[in-house]
Amino acid sequence: MSTIKVDQVSKLFRATSRSGGLTPALRKVSFELKPGEVISLIGESGSGKTTIGKIILRLVDPTSGTVTFDGKDISQYSTRGLRDYYRHVQGVFQDPFSSYNPIYRADRVFELVRDVYFARLTEKEWDAKIEGALDAVALNPGDVLGKYPHQLSGGQQQRLLIARALLLDVKVLVADEIISMLDASTRVDVLNLLVKLKRSGLAILFVTHDLSLGNYVSDRTIILRQGAIVEMGATEKVFGNPQHDYTRMLLTAVPELRKKWKHTPLEVAVAANGSAVAADVIEASPNGAVASAVARASLLDELSHTEQVIKRDLRTMFGGTRKASTKSSTVAVALEPPALNEFEPDHLVAEPE
Amino acid sequence: MSVSVENLSVAYRSRRGDLTAVDNVSFTLADGEIMGLAGESGSGKSTLGNALIYLDQRMKQTGGKVRLDGNELPIANTKAMKHLRMAEVSLVPQYAMSALTPTRKIGTLTDDLLKSHKVRNRDEVFAEMKRRIALIGLKENVLDKYSFELSGGMRQRVTIILSTLLNPSLLIADEVTSALDVSTQRAVGEMLLEFRDRGYIKSAIAITHDLSILAQIADTITIMYAGRLAEKAKTETIIGDPLHPYTQALIASLPDVGVRHDTTTLVGIPGRPPSLTNMPTGCRFRERCPFAFAKCVETPPFVEVKPGHQVACWKVSQEEANK
Repeated sequence: MSTIKVDQVSKLFRATSRSGGLTPALRKVSFELKPGEVISLIGESGSGKTTIGKIILRLVDPTSGTVTFDGKDISQYSTRGLRDYYRHVQGVFQDPFSSYNPIYRADRVFELVRDVYFARLTEKEWDAKIEGALDAVALNPGDVLGKYPHQLSGGQQQRLLIARALLLDVKVLVADEIISMLDASTRVDVLNLLVKLKRSGLAILFVTHDLSLGNYVSDRTIILRQGAIVEMGATEKVFGNPQHDYTRMLLTAVPELRKKWKHTPLEVAVAANGSAVAADVIEASPNGAVASAVARASLLDELSHTEQVIKRDLRTMFGGTRKASTKSSTVAVALEPPALNEFEPDHLVAEPE
Repeated sequence: MSVSVENLSVAYRSRRGDLTAVDNVSFTLADGEIMGLAGESGSGKSTLGNALIYLDQRMKQTGGKVRLDGNELPIANTKAMKHLRMAEVSLVPQYAMSALTPTRKIGTLTDDLLKSHKVRNRDEVFAEMKRRIALIGLKENVLDKYSFELSGGMRQRVTIILSTLLNPSLLIADEVTSALDVSTQRAVGEMLLEFRDRGYIKSAIAITHDLSILAQIADTITIMYAGRLAEKAKTETIIGDPLHPYTQALIASLPDVGVRHDTTTLVGIPGRPPSLTNMPTGCRFRERCPFAFAKCVETPPFVEVKPGHQVACWKVSQEEANK
C-alpha cells in the first residue's frame, strides 16, 4: 500500500511586504490519499490548496504536522531516500508553457529523468520505456519527440509532463490545476487520461478551483477555505448534499451551461441628501443572508479583511518583541480550524467559523 | 443597431508578410445586446476585440469597416480613435487584475484618466462613480486605496467601473472572469448584466473561452475558429441546438455539473487548430471535422440558415436547403 497521509499539517507564511506578518496558509489539515483514488482539492485563491500539493512534494516544509508515505515521515528522508520518494510521488503543474525550457526540445524532460534514475538502461530499453509512457497518455511519438515546446499544443505539453511522471514507478500524482490553462477541446483528453491512470491504481490529488471538473474526475472531495477543511467526503455526497454554507455558496456560483443564475437587480441606498450611502449590506446581514451574488462577493472581500486582522495579531506574537512571541497558545487559537463533525459516513462537515 | 462590422480583416505584420488573424468577419450588435465571443486560443477572438478599440503597431486593418451608432468607426486611425476611446468604445483588458497602476490611488488614477480624456464635468463623473461603487457593494473608500490593497475581485470590478464610467456604446470585455474564483466570477458577470440593464453600457462583446460563463451573461454567442466566424445565434440556440460541427464538439466537451466519469465519458476534439502561417484552403475546421466532404475544400460562406442563426458550414447549409 502506498498511501499518503497528511496529518494535522499547518503552514504559516511570512509576508514579504515590509510590514511583515504571518499568514496561516494551512490550518491543521488532515486527510489520506489511497491508491486508485482521485481526491479533488477545491478552494478559491488563497485557500491553501496549492500549498498542500507543495508540501506533499516536499517543495515546502510544513510549520507543524507531518506527511507520511507508506508510514514513513517524508521530512526524515535522506538525499537518497528523497530520490526514491520522487520515484513514487510526482507533480504536474498549472502552466505547461513555463514548465519547459524553450531553448531545448520538449523531450529533454525525459532525458533529465534518465540521467537521475535510469542511467544504466540501454538505448533500446529506454526507447521502449518512453514509447510505453507516451502510449499511456495517448500521444503519438512522432508527433512529440524531437519537437520544441512551442510546436506542441498545451494539451500535448501537459500530457508529455504526465508521461514523464509515468516513466518513474509513480504511485502518487499531484496534479495542480493542470487543465485550467487548456482549451475546452483538449482539456477533456487530459481529464480522461487521469481517469484511466486512476483505474490502473495511481493515486491522484487533483487540485482545482473548478467544481464541475473536480466533480467529473474525483472519488472524494475536500473543500478548503482559508487554509482549513470545511467539508470533505465522497464526491457524490459533498456535491449532492452539501452541508456547509460555503460549499453551497460555491455550488450556486458555478456557471452552468443549461441553467441561468437568478439575477436580482441591485439597488442603491440613497441618503436624504441624495448621495449614495455606502452599501452596508454586510453589517445588515451578518449571517451571509445577502440577496445577490455581487454583495456576497463583497462579503468575501470583508472576510479576507478578517484574515488580515489575524495576520496582524500573529505579527505581534511572532514578528514583534521576543516577549510577545512566547504567547504561542494564542497563535494556536488563531490557527485552530473549525471542528469537523461527521454528517453521514464518509462526509465530514466543519462547524461555521 | 449600435455596432455593425462588415467584412473586417485584421492582419499582423511579420517578416514573412501579413498574417491574417481576423478574416472577413461580419456581425451586428443590437442595442442592449451582450454578445459572447468564444473560441480556442489562437482563434483570433482577442485580436478582433482589440481591433475595435486599438490597433497597435503590429496590427493593421486589411479590409472591411466598422460602424458604431451609424457612424463609421475609424479603427485604423489612432488619432481619431483617441477621442472615441473610453467615451464611445471602451475596453476591460485581458489582464484587468494588473491594469491598475500600483503607484496611484484609485481616485487619483481616475482623475488622471478623466483629464487625459478631457472630461470637463469631473465632479459629476466622480459623484456617479461613487454611486456605482456603492451599487456593486464596495465601499467608497476604495478611491483612497492603492490597487494592491484590493483583492483580485475588487480590482476587477473597479476596472469595469472605470471602463464604463462615460457610458460607452460598446464595451469590449476580454476574459474578464477567467482569473477569478467562482464566487467573484458570478459577481463580475452579474455586474455586467446590471450595467447593461441600467444603460451604463449600450452593448458589449464578452470575449472568453469559457462557454458556461457566456451561457449566463450573453444574449447571443458567436463562435470563432481560426480567424473566421463559425456560428452566431441566440445563447439558448448555441447551447441547446448548435449547428456547426465545431460548436457541437465544443459543447459536448464541457462537463455539466453532476456529470461523473463513471457514468459519462466526455470527448475532446482531436487535432489542433491550424497555425496562422499555414492556413488550409476552404473550411478551416475540415481536418478535425467528422462530417467533412468534398465540398469543404471551398470556403463556406457565413450565411443565415434560420432567422437570427448564422453558420459557416457546407453541410449545414445544404441540409437546411433540402428541408
